[in-house]
Amino acid sequence: MKLNIDGLLVYFPYDYIYPEQYSYMLELKRTLDAKGHGVLEMPSGTGKTISLLSLIVAYQRAFPLDVTKLIYCSRTVPEIEKVVEELRKLMEFYAKQTGESNNFLALALSSRKNLCIHPEVSSLRFGKEVDGKCHSLTASYIRAQRHVNPNQPVCRFYEEFDAVGRQVPLPAGIYNLDDLKDFGRRKGWCPYYMARYALLHANIVVYSYHYLLDPKIADLVSKELAKKSVVVFDEAHNIDNVCIDSMSVNITRRTLDRCQSNVDTLQNTIQNIKETDAAKLREEYRRLVEGLKEANVARETDVYLANPVLPDEILKEAVPGTIRTAEHFVGFLRRFLEYLKSRLRVQHVVQESAPQFLKDIFDKVCIDRKPLRFCAERLQSLLRTLEIADIADFSAVTLISNFATLVSTYSQGFTIIIEPFEDRTPTIANPVLHFSCMDPSIAIKPVFQRFQSVVITSGTLSPLDIYPRILDFRPVTMASFTMTLARTCLCPLIVGRGNDQVALSSKFETREDFAVIRNYGNLLLEMSAIVPDGIVAFFTSYVYMENIVASWYEQGILENIQRNKLIFIETPDAAETSMALEKYQEACENGRGAILLSVARGKVSEGIDFVHHFGRAVIMFGVPYVYTQSRILKARLEYLRDQFQIRENDFLTFDAMRHAAQCVGRAIRGKTDYGLMIFADKRYARADKRGKLPRWIQEHISDGSLNLTVDETVQLSKHFLRQMAQPFRQEDQLGLSLLTLEQLESEEMLQKISQIAHQT
Amino acid sequence: MASLSEEVLLVVKKVRQRKQDGTLYLMAERIAWGPEGKDRFTVSHLYADIRCQKISPDGKAKVQLQLVLHTGESTTFHFANDSSALKDRDATKELLQQLLPKFKKKANKELEEKNRMLQEDPVLFQLYKDLVVSQVISAEEFWANRLGGINNTDPAVCNNKQEVGISGAFLADIRPQTDGCNGLRYNLTADIIESIFRTYPAVKQKYSENVPHNLTEKEFWTRFFQSHYFHRDRINTGTQDIFSECAKQDEKGLKSLVIQGVKNPLVDLLSLEDKTLDEGYGICTTLPSTSNANKTVKESSNSAIIKRFNHHSAMVLAAGSRKGDAPTDQASETSSTDGNSRDSDFFQPPVKKVKLQEAIEYEDLQRENRPKTVALNLKKSDRYAHGPVPLQSQQYTTSQDIINSVNYIRHEMMNYKPNLTEVLSSTAASSAIAALSPGGVLMQAGAQQAINQMVPTEVQGELKHLYVAAGELLRHFWSCFPVNTPFLEEKVMKMKSNLERFQMTKLCPFQEKIQRQYLSTNLTGHLEEMLQTAYSKFHIWQTRRMMRKT
Repeated sequence: MKLNIDGLLVYFPYDYIYPEQYSYMLELKRTLDAKGHGVLEMPSGTGKTISLLSLIVAYQRAFPLDVTKLIYCSRTVPEIEKVVEELRKLMEFYAKQTGESNNFLALALSSRKNLCIHPEVSSLRFGKEVDGKCHSLTASYIRAQRHVNPNQPVCRFYEEFDAVGRQVPLPAGIYNLDDLKDFGRRKGWCPYYMARYALLHANIVVYSYHYLLDPKIADLVSKELAKKSVVVFDEAHNIDNVCIDSMSVNITRRTLDRCQSNVDTLQNTIQNIKETDAAKLREEYRRLVEGLKEANVARETDVYLANPVLPDEILKEAVPGTIRTAEHFVGFLRRFLEYLKSRLRVQHVVQESAPQFLKDIFDKVCIDRKPLRFCAERLQSLLRTLEIADIADFSAVTLISNFATLVSTYSQGFTIIIEPFEDRTPTIANPVLHFSCMDPSIAIKPVFQRFQSVVITSGTLSPLDIYPRILDFRPVTMASFTMTLARTCLCPLIVGRGNDQVALSSKFETREDFAVIRNYGNLLLEMSAIVPDGIVAFFTSYVYMENIVASWYEQGILENIQRNKLIFIETPDAAETSMALEKYQEACENGRGAILLSVARGKVSEGIDFVHHFGRAVIMFGVPYVYTQSRILKARLEYLRDQFQIRENDFLTFDAMRHAAQCVGRAIRGKTDYGLMIFADKRYARADKRGKLPRWIQEHISDGSLNLTVDETVQLSKHFLRQMAQPFRQEDQLGLSLLTLEQLESEEMLQKISQIAHQT
Repeated sequence: MASLSEEVLLVVKKVRQRKQDGTLYLMAERIAWGPEGKDRFTVSHLYADIRCQKISPDGKAKVQLQLVLHTGESTTFHFANDSSALKDRDATKELLQQLLPKFKKKANKELEEKNRMLQEDPVLFQLYKDLVVSQVISAEEFWANRLGGINNTDPAVCNNKQEVGISGAFLADIRPQTDGCNGLRYNLTADIIESIFRTYPAVKQKYSENVPHNLTEKEFWTRFFQSHYFHRDRINTGTQDIFSECAKQDEKGLKSLVIQGVKNPLVDLLSLEDKTLDEGYGICTTLPSTSNANKTVKESSNSAIIKRFNHHSAMVLAAGSRKGDAPTDQASETSSTDGNSRDSDFFQPPVKKVKLQEAIEYEDLQRENRPKTVALNLKKSDRYAHGPVPLQSQQYTTSQDIINSVNYIRHEMMNYKPNLTEVLSSTAASSAIAALSPGGVLMQAGAQQAINQMVPTEVQGELKHLYVAAGELLRHFWSCFPVNTPFLEEKVMKMKSNLERFQMTKLCPFQEKIQRQYLSTNLTGHLEEMLQTAYSKFHIWQTRRMMRKT
C-alpha cells in the first residue's frame, strides 16, 4: 500500500499495516526531519525493520540530497541477512508499483569468513584464521614479490578484483551475503573487497555494530562514509556493552608469553633484514622522521587492525625519536613487556587509573607517555616494513601495543584492574590485567558527532531515558510503542510462591535453599504437563543452572519432566548448544515437545527467536542480575554514579530487567504468535522492577497476577492456552490491530494511533 | 503325523507325561511327546502356540517343565532320568528359550490382540462365547472382520504401521526398589530393554558381544545399573567397566554430531556473531576458559549430567525418527559430508533461503489468498474450552413468568363457568375414565414399556445376548450383499445356514423357555422378524441366481 506519512509518500510492501507501524514511521520521520537522533522502542514482531526500511528508503528517494545513505547496524549475521531480505521485498514492491527498476544499491557486509570464496581460505573454520590466511595472500608486498617470483601464491579473486573490479561499479540491486558470493564467483572477484569498496557508493549498507563502533575496524571499513547518512542501531538494548567491549583489553600471562615469542621473532627478522636489505629499514626510518605516515600508503589489504583509539585522538605528528629505529622499538617493546610481567606477579588485587599506571611505568622503567601513544601505529609500520606474511601470529604483540596506545591516550573513563586469581578459585594463580572501558559514550561519541541522524531501536529499551544518559547524547525523539492486540496473546505471570507458600527467589541468600529449588522444579514440571510443544527456561547464570539441574536430577524432578517432554540444556560450548537447539526445534516440530534450559545473557537468549510452537512458554527463573562481585562491574557502577548520577541499584535493576525482558520477549514474535511469560521470582512484583519492563509487557501484568502460587499459575496458564489455541483469523484483527488503507485514513483511527506512541 | 522331513533338534528320553513314560522331541517348529513304544505323538504343540514355559524350582524333587499355551491349557513334562534329569531339563529349557521368541513375534501379536479385545469388551466376549464356543460359526469367521487391520494379513498394511517412539523417561520408569536388605531391585521389562537398545545402540552392541558368552543376562543388567553409564552424575573413573567404552562411544557420537554442525543457519551459534577479534579484546563476560584441572569434582559431575541429558534427548529423538526417514537421512548425510568442503555453499542456500523467508514473513499483513475454509463457529467458546458441563434446560422461566401464569390460571378458574348443555353423558365419561386408567384400552402402550418389570432379569439378559448374537450374525449376512464374487456367494450360503442354526440352537430353546414361564411370547417376535427378512432376502437372491443360471 502507499502511505502518506506526514506528507511523505511511503511504499509499504504489504496489504495491511499495524497501527504501531504507522505511528513508528511518524516518529521516525520527525527524527529525520529534525536531523537529530532518536530512541524508539517497539515490541518485537510488530514489523519494526520493514517500517524503518520503508520510511528511510522513501525519505532517501524524496530528499536524495539530505539523506544519502542508510547504515543499518544489527547484531548477528542472521539478523543482517534478514534485514537484507526484507529490503529486497521492499524493492520488489517498488519495482512492481512504479514499473521502473530503481537504481538503489544495497549490500550486506560481513567478515571475510562469511564472504570468502577462495577454496582454501574459506574452508578454514575460524574467522581469525581466515583473516590471517587472506592477509598472507593479498598483502601488497606479497603481491609485489610475485612480480619477482611467479610461484608466490596469491589470491586470484583479489587479483582479478584489483585489476578489473575497481573500474566497474557494482550494478544496482540488493546484495545479500550469498548474492555477493555468487556475483564474486561469476566475475571471479573477491566478494569481501568488492563489498568494502562498494560501501562508498551504496545507498544502503547493512552490517554489524563492530564496523561502526570498534575503532580498530571502523577506521578501516567505515572511515569514508558520508556524513549525511542515517545510522540505525537495531536490537540496540545492549549497545552500551558493545561500546565498552570495543575499547577494552584483557592481558593474561599466556598473552605475555606469546607476546614474548612475537618480539623475539621480530628481533630475528630485523636482524635478517639488516644483513640482506638494510635499505628497507633506513627508508622506513626516513619516512618516520618526516612524519610521512601517509607516504607509505597502507593498502587496504595490509592493515589488519587499525589504531584502537578514536580517529580524533590519534596524534598527527611524527613518531617520536625513541622508537623510530626498528631495534629501538623492539627494545622498547621488551621493556614494556617486562614491566607488564612484573605487574602480573602481584599477590593481591590492584586497581588503578590510567594516569596512575603511566606514572608507575615512568617511575619503574622510564617509559614516557608519548612513545606509548604511538605504539600501535609504530608496530603497524614495522610489521609492514618487515613484510610479515602471517599477521595473525602477531596478535599478541598487537594486543599489547593497542593496550599501550589506549592506556596512554585516555585518562578518563577507564580503569586498570589486576587480579592475581579468580574469585572462585583463590588457590590457582591466574593473573589477569583488565583494562576496561567504563564509559560507553566514548566509543559511540564519534558516531553521534559524525552522522546527522542516529536511531537506536529495539524491542526492549525500557526505561528509555537511561540510554541517552549512559551514551551521552541528546535525542530529538524518544518514544515507546505498545502492541495493539486483537487478543492478548501474551500472558505475563509473576510466580512469587510455591504451593507450600515458600517465597520463590533467586536472591543470594536463598539461592542454595532446597525448598526454592524444589519449587522451581515443581513449576517447570507442572508447566511441562500443560504447555504444548516448546518451553524455554532461563536461569540467571550458568553456574546457577548447573547447580539447579544437578539437584533436580537428584530429586528425580528431571525424570518426571522427561515423561512429558525431552530436555535440552545450554552448555558453555557453542557448537554443542547449537546442536541441542536444533534438536530442540526438531522435537517441537515432530510433536514430542521439548524444554530448553538456557541462561540469560547467554548466546541463546541474545540471538535465537522461539517463534510459535518453538516457544509457547518462557520461564524466567530468578532475576538475572549481573555478577555483582566483579570488580570491573563495581568500577563501572562507581563511574556511572560519579559521572552520570545513575544510582548503582538503578543501573543494576535496569540491566537485570532488560535481560529478563529480552529473554521473555523471545517467545512473542508477532501478533499471530502467543506465549506465556512466567517470571518466577517474587521480586518481579515490586514496582521498581516491574516498572522497568517494556511498556508492552507491563500493561498486561494485572494486579491479580503479581504473587501467584505454582497452582494458580497452572490454572491461569491452562485458561490462557486454551483460549489462544482457538483459530485466529485476519478478520479478527482487522480494524483493531491490523488496518487497511481506508481504515488507516479514518479520523478516528488516526486519533487512536496518536496514543500508541508513548513520549517520554 | 510327524513328517519325515522335519528336523529334530533335541531328543530327550525318559520324560513322563501324565504318569506315562515317553520321549520328548524338539523339532524345528513344534515340540512333541510320544509314549514309549509307540510311534505316534500324543502331545504336539507348535511353538507358536506356546505362551511360556515354566520350570520347577531347583530344590524340588520332581524336575518338571511346564508349557503354557495361549489357550490357557498347559502341559507338564516330568524329567525322570535319575542321573541327568536336571541336565535334560535345562537343555530343553535353553533350546526352548531360543526357539520360542522366534515364533512368538508372529503369533503373539495376533493372539494378544484378540485376547485384549475380548478382555476389554465384555459384549464381544459374550458374543464370542455365544457364537464360537457354541460353534455356531468358526473362530476364523468370527474374527474375519473384527480385527480389521490385524487379521487383514495384508503385509503392506502391517509393515507400514507407525513406528512407536520411545518415552523420554524410560530410564526413569525403572525405579529401583530397595529389597529390604541393603540391595536395590530394578524392574526391567521387555519394553524398557527395547528402549534402551534403540536409544543406545552401543549398549546393544555390548549386549550381543557379551551375552550369553561372557555374562548371563542378569549379570549384564546388574553391571549396567552399577555402571557410571547409568548413573550420569558419576564420573568415569576409568575402571575396566564394560560400559566405559559405551560412554566413550557416546562421547564420540556426540562430538561427531557437534562437528557435523547444524543445518539451520539461524540456530548456528558459532556463526551468529560477526566479530573476528582475538581473545583479549573486550570485557570477558564469560568466565575465562578454565581447564579441567581446576574444576571441582562437583562442577564436572554437573556438566556431565548436562551433557548426558542433551545426549539422551538427542538419542531418544533420533531413535524415534531413525527408521521413518532413513533414505532422506542418508541424503542429508551425504550432503553434510560434502559440507566440509567449500561445496557447502552450493548446498546451504536453499535451507538458508527458506528459513530466512520464513523468518521475515508476516502472514497477517498479507492478504489471504488461500481457499476459504469454514471456520468453527463457537457460540460459547467458554464451554468449548472448559469441556462438557451438565446441560441445563435452555428455556428458563423467570419467576415473573411463573407468577404471571399462575395469575392467569387463577383468573381463568375464577371465571370458569361450566357449559352444562354440552357435557358428556355419565356412561361415556366413566368408560373414558376406564379406558384411561392403567390396564385400560388406551393405556396398553404403557404396559409394554414396563418389560423390565414383567420379565425376570435373567431372561432379560439372555434376550440381550440373543439380540447381540443375532445382530452379529445378521451383520455378517448383510455384509455379503451385493453378492458379486464367488467367495461372497459361498459366504452368504454359509451365513444363511449359520442363521438357521442359530435359530434352531439358540432362539427356539429360548422361546420354549419363555413359553414355559408363561411370558408374553412376542418377546422374540422382533428377532424372528429380522431373521425372516434375512431369509426372504436370501430366497429372493437365490431364485434370482437360479433364473440367471438357467
